[in-house]
Amino acid sequence: MSELKFEEVSLRYGTLRAVDDVSLTVPPRQVVGLVGESGSGKSSLAAAAVGLVPPTSGRILLDGVDVQRLRRRDRRLQMVFQDPYSSLDPRMSIGQSIAEAMPRGVDRRTEVARLLALVNLDPGRATSLPSRLSGGQRQRVALARALAGQPKVIIADEITSALDVSVQGAVLNLVRDLQRQLGLSMLFISHNLAVVRYVSDRIAVMREGKIVEEGPAEQVLAGPRHPYTRELLAAAPSRHTRLLEEASR
Amino acid sequence: MRSALRSPIGLASVVLLGFLLALAVFAPLLWGDRAAAIDTDALQQGPSSAHLLGTDSLGRDIFYRVLVATRLTIGLALLATVIGVVTGLLLGSAPTVLPRWAGRIVTSAVNIAVAFPGLLLALFFAVIFGTGTVGAVLAIAFAITPSFARLTQTLTASVSGRDFIAAARVCGVGRFRLLLRHVLPNIAEPLVINATLAAGSALTAFAGLSFLGIGVQAPSYDWGRLLGEGLNRIYVTPAPALGPAVAVVLAGLAFNLFGEAAASVAGHRQQSTPGPRPVNEATVDTSEGGLLTVRNLRVAFPGNNGWITPVRGVSFTVHNGEMIGVVGESGSGKSLTALAVSRLVEHPGVVTADRLEFAGKPLRSTSDRELGTSLAMVFQDPMTSFNPTRRIGRQIAEVSEVHQGMSREAAFRKAVDRLRAVRIPEPERKARQYPHEFSGGMRQRVVIAMGLMGEPRLVIADEPTTALDVTVQREVLRLLARVRKERSAAVLLISHDITVVAQTCDRVLVMYAGRIVEELPTDELFTSARHPYTTALLAAVPDMETDRDAPLAVIPGRPPEPGEIEAGCPFAPRCPLADERCRSEEPELTALTDGHRVACWRSEKELMDATAGGAA
Repeated sequence: MSELKFEEVSLRYGTLRAVDDVSLTVPPRQVVGLVGESGSGKSSLAAAAVGLVPPTSGRILLDGVDVQRLRRRDRRLQMVFQDPYSSLDPRMSIGQSIAEAMPRGVDRRTEVARLLALVNLDPGRATSLPSRLSGGQRQRVALARALAGQPKVIIADEITSALDVSVQGAVLNLVRDLQRQLGLSMLFISHNLAVVRYVSDRIAVMREGKIVEEGPAEQVLAGPRHPYTRELLAAAPSRHTRLLEEASR
Repeated sequence: MRSALRSPIGLASVVLLGFLLALAVFAPLLWGDRAAAIDTDALQQGPSSAHLLGTDSLGRDIFYRVLVATRLTIGLALLATVIGVVTGLLLGSAPTVLPRWAGRIVTSAVNIAVAFPGLLLALFFAVIFGTGTVGAVLAIAFAITPSFARLTQTLTASVSGRDFIAAARVCGVGRFRLLLRHVLPNIAEPLVINATLAAGSALTAFAGLSFLGIGVQAPSYDWGRLLGEGLNRIYVTPAPALGPAVAVVLAGLAFNLFGEAAASVAGHRQQSTPGPRPVNEATVDTSEGGLLTVRNLRVAFPGNNGWITPVRGVSFTVHNGEMIGVVGESGSGKSLTALAVSRLVEHPGVVTADRLEFAGKPLRSTSDRELGTSLAMVFQDPMTSFNPTRRIGRQIAEVSEVHQGMSREAAFRKAVDRLRAVRIPEPERKARQYPHEFSGGMRQRVVIAMGLMGEPRLVIADEPTTALDVTVQREVLRLLARVRKERSAAVLLISHDITVVAQTCDRVLVMYAGRIVEELPTDELFTSARHPYTTALLAAVPDMETDRDAPLAVIPGRPPEPGEIEAGCPFAPRCPLADERCRSEEPELTALTDGHRVACWRSEKELMDATAGGAA
């Protein structure tokens, strides 16, 4: 049971405010979907949470402890990246990549096999190089690596946007199954509202570095309060409406 | 290494290098005595059968001395290279391991050192370390160091930006391990190649120092020293000087050529020769054309084992004012189809077609000017469509200056007018701005405005909204629809997103593995799509109505790469309905009803039952 909490977090690059005073909670065993346009600060927030960039001000708490104070190995927070073609070291076998994230004192070989099986890959492929795998398979390896760190919270940053649409579904199903099976807390970042809607218990909408709306998924989708959320919902691709109604007729 | 042997230069350099190394090892053992033997009867002789290159002032045979000196010359050059490369590697990778402030100091020190010419540095160090072998080795080593440190820094920086480094950091991998396990193995190749080249220049530099008398000191001798001794009487007998000179040139060449050959293998610069071009089986075509008529279009590229054909016989027609969507995944050939239609497939790609006509004329014979004004192209990433150093207005105006012969003034006024037409706010001011001052959606509008400078009859948009957000995507799509309505231009919209196409187009072409597998009106897409790939795709993509409690439909396997397509229907390995025939014979695109074509062996009834069963 773990909770990730952002407390008035700001992140500045020079004069640019990438993240502006954001407070957001990822409750235990829940998936919070974070939507917003590119450049809205979603990925900067993720980078701050896993310690790739220190926040300019504010605190990020994992179960009440400031993540800045935790040693990396004790920071049970893992991230899955957008592009599976660049997030795995091309010179390392997938088994080595997964084993690298494991805490000390774990039987690496059996644990790698277990994790590969968990993400529906043949454990016999542990010695393959990433170049032998398809995009969907690579993204599963990236998930297995994140799980190898025995995380309490996983941050998924646009994990399906680099995948082919026919492969995306399998990865989304896997993410949902694993999250429920392992009781993970998750921050799921995507620009695709339909994907976020499918996996999330709560939805947060980000724009220009600020969270403009946050709440239970059904509530945000059915009764959006902020005008930007309404705009997003109206623009989301749907098979029952024509996008060009007012323009073409 | 093995492929380095295939090129003549590679082979020659390997043979030469092997020969030199063998000499370095064995020559002193075999001829050490003869090279040292003093013969007072034959002082300073010219070449003869007894002494091929003559003798020196003590009557020692110069030919054997050159052979024996190989060990010292090459050994010292390699030693200097190793010291220089290792120091460079340490300095270059230090900034990734050290704290930030210390890293900065190292970086600036390297930057300053890089500014000095190598030979100057070597002379400088030679003075500091004193004349002699040790001094010369260190001098040359430290002359190599700065450029190698800089190279390491640059390569490290390019690798450090990649996600797997960030991923390893998130996993808690320490700085040293990060450097040793993730950074260095990924930059090893160019480093090794450059080290080989550095060895070549170290060898010549060392010869230079010895020649000047600040390298190897008597009684030791290397090629540089022999050259120096021989030079004193070059006008009397040139051979004693020419022998070591030739040795220096050959050895330097061997190292440099080997480095070049290795580099060309690493960079895959070698061209493969895939045999004759594929021949098209012509099909009889009597169908009526439209604005754009494409029949049996094929695009092929030379691969390692023969030709790879990512587009394999695509036929479709775009009529005036129509909006057609092309849907497919990466590798389906949709973008190449668009490029072929706009004549943008670059060498060595080969485009063939039974018919490829635009506005009733073969595309091949359409002039650039006509194509430039009547066909507009919108790409996925609008930033790469612009020159970042020129103002937007001028770039758009260029179209009319070049293709329509307008004056600068008039073209610029027209550009502003077109920017207004695509609803860019304050077009006069915006026209004087640079591309980076525009947001992604605005840039895509500008690209469309550029297309409108002519009188486009066809707009080809390749994933125009993939890099954009949904709200901006809607605006860009609406703009395309408006262009179509107001100028009655046809639009060919290429997208991986079947919902986007369904929401905007009149007809959809679904592509898979280089072919169209289904063509149908978008009104019928959700009700009467028949091809198993189309129906699976529709079920697999979540939208705003997807049941959140059920797992998403999944298509097993993955789409084939263009090089992997085998006999039979390419979708068969992933298809629940596939049988023997599907795996052995590829189905043709055949008409089901008017405007609905499917490429599948299953009968319509079987497909309908399968769709109904899948939906239930």
